[in-house]
Amino acid sequence: MKKAEEIFEILKNEFGDIILSFDKDTPTEPIISIEPLKIHIVSKFLRDNAELQFDSLMCLSGVDDANGKKVKDADGIDIIEGGTLSVYYHLYSTVLRHKITLKVSAPREDAKVESVENIWKCADWHEREAYDMLGIIFLNHPDLRRILMPYDWFEDSFPLRKDFKVPEFYQGMKIPY
Amino acid sequence: MGLLDKEFSDGNIVVANVEDLLNWARLSSVWQLGFGLACCAIEMMATSASHYDFDRFGLIPRNTPRQADAIIISGTVTLKMAIRIKRLYEQIPDPKYIISMGSCANCGGPYWEHGYHVLKGVDRIIPVDVYVPGCPPRPEALLEGLLKLQEKIRNESLRKKS
Repeated sequence: MKKAEEIFEILKNEFGDIILSFDKDTPTEPIISIEPLKIHIVSKFLRDNAELQFDSLMCLSGVDDANGKKVKDADGIDIIEGGTLSVYYHLYSTVLRHKITLKVSAPREDAKVESVENIWKCADWHEREAYDMLGIIFLNHPDLRRILMPYDWFEDSFPLRKDFKVPEFYQGMKIPY
Repeated sequence: MGLLDKEFSDGNIVVANVEDLLNWARLSSVWQLGFGLACCAIEMMATSASHYDFDRFGLIPRNTPRQADAIIISGTVTLKMAIRIKRLYEQIPDPKYIISMGSCANCGGPYWEHGYHVLKGVDRIIPVDVYVPGCPPRPEALLEGLLKLQEKIRNESLRKKS
């Protein structure tokens, strides 16, 4: 069983600059921030290293940080410009019984994160959900389609983004109350 | 007026008019499409189980829309599901009846404001005969809804469509 600080030290020694920061003062578990385009390398190490053995991805969630600028677009609709979208990975080792949370943040306008589907199989649908709800693109995902919303839902319409606007009609059905 | 309060003019002959006979036959064997959507479906199943026994009103689930007479829309109608419900409705032969069960199917329920994926009332896509309020309605309420539907069928006329 390893403490979060020790896990951070191991990662920092192995990967250096890819590991961005360590946030210990969270009400939940300590969070390690990682480069979005290198998360698959770090994940593979976390799973296969004998000292860590993170064999279980408990949850993968997308988050809209909404830390950009609030502006009005050409039609006077409030949108958020800049800032980041994040993905959180909650890992657990069923062998060594320790946990850690990873975080990657990608720019909102071009949110691209490497997929961890070939490391933890369960990430498949979680990543599809994060794509469906927030529009985060997972590179090298085998089947990145919408999972909850209809396949023919509006492109660039992601319901859990903070500046999401409900469309008036879908297939001739009025959506607002 | 019930069918059987007509006079018996001969040993085994009942005199009645065609309308009453047809309506009586229809209201006594409303076969519903075996179809449930959300938590209301649990109440619907409880209603059809032995304790409340839907069958005593002639209502039994039928597994194909082509042999069903009614749908009980029991639960939240998502936009994805709405398209399927419309198709099921169109596959049911006339005469067909709809009972909208619970707040979600009536008007969107708790999803009325932020439900980007919910159709705010099933009556936006198919005509509803009886609305049963509740979240979810108790089996007694659903039974009351069925009795209302039977009342409606009893007063139907062959000459004008209701």
